[in-house]
Amino acid sequence: MTARVGVVTFPGSLDDKDAARAVALAGAEPVSLWHGDADLRGVDAVVLPGGFSYGDYLRCGAIASFAPLMSELVPAARSGALPVLGICNGFQILCESHLLPGALTRNSSLRFVNREQRLRVETTATAWTRDYTEGQEILVVLKSGEGSYVADEATLDALEAQNRVVVRYLDSDPNGSRRGIAGITNEHGNVVGLMPHPEHAVEALTGPSTEGLGFFTSILARLGDKTPAGV
Amino acid sequence: MARVVVDVMLKPEILDPQGQAIAGACSRLGFEGIEQVRQGKRFEVEVEGEVDEAALAGVRRLAETVLANTVIEDFSVRVDS
Repeated sequence: MTARVGVVTFPGSLDDKDAARAVALAGAEPVSLWHGDADLRGVDAVVLPGGFSYGDYLRCGAIASFAPLMSELVPAARSGALPVLGICNGFQILCESHLLPGALTRNSSLRFVNREQRLRVETTATAWTRDYTEGQEILVVLKSGEGSYVADEATLDALEAQNRVVVRYLDSDPNGSRRGIAGITNEHGNVVGLMPHPEHAVEALTGPSTEGLGFFTSILARLGDKTPAGV
Repeated sequence: MARVVVDVMLKPEILDPQGQAIAGACSRLGFEGIEQVRQGKRFEVEVEGEVDEAALAGVRRLAETVLANTVIEDFSVRVDS
């Protein structure tokens, strides 16, 4: 049976179509989920896409984190059962939901950054990165104005010690993120959030590379053999 | 109806590039002696009836769950007089 991967649309989501396309290119069946329905439609995994949910009002991702769909998603994700990938605004939503520690704040440059960005994959022990090799360098797209990852020193030390930094920025610092962190995972490895956009790097025609596809093929591999993430 | 004011500020250890940009503008515009600016948010919350301890506790709960992200922000709650 083909794995079914839900892609949530919030008011102001932009990259839900691209995320669904990446899911399909990886060989899974994308399933549209609506923020206002407290119904995950039995999907095997969920992608929270990029964009500006609720116009970034209050704080980026803050209002989306209280959407009816999230009341179903949060407990399933917290328990380790449901794999969730949050990209850009999706990462902000995961932090606002406290599924991931820390927060995303205004870029230190105060400028919106839109560029091709090299990343280093720091761990493959997550549901979304197992198709990469540790230390692999990938080229994807970064486009965000509030992408500066912050957390207190104790949290940052714990993330590093527990191998929960998933991707790190290479080359020049794009946004002032602490310790160059571009993405992190939770203690079970099923929830991953990152600011850059792997779903925009899945086809040669439109992306800087196809090296983002690994996030989406990884989840297929994970769902195929049902091995718990992080093992 | 009464008004409760919630002030939200970034925690002191969190970098505030907006505040820094404002501080930079101050010196360019000739406002002397401005050493630092930090930018925050003010919420005015209208509540039903008298503001008693229970009403204030409700607004505090609102502040810590919605109005502020306590990972990076501090808040204070007071009755507007």
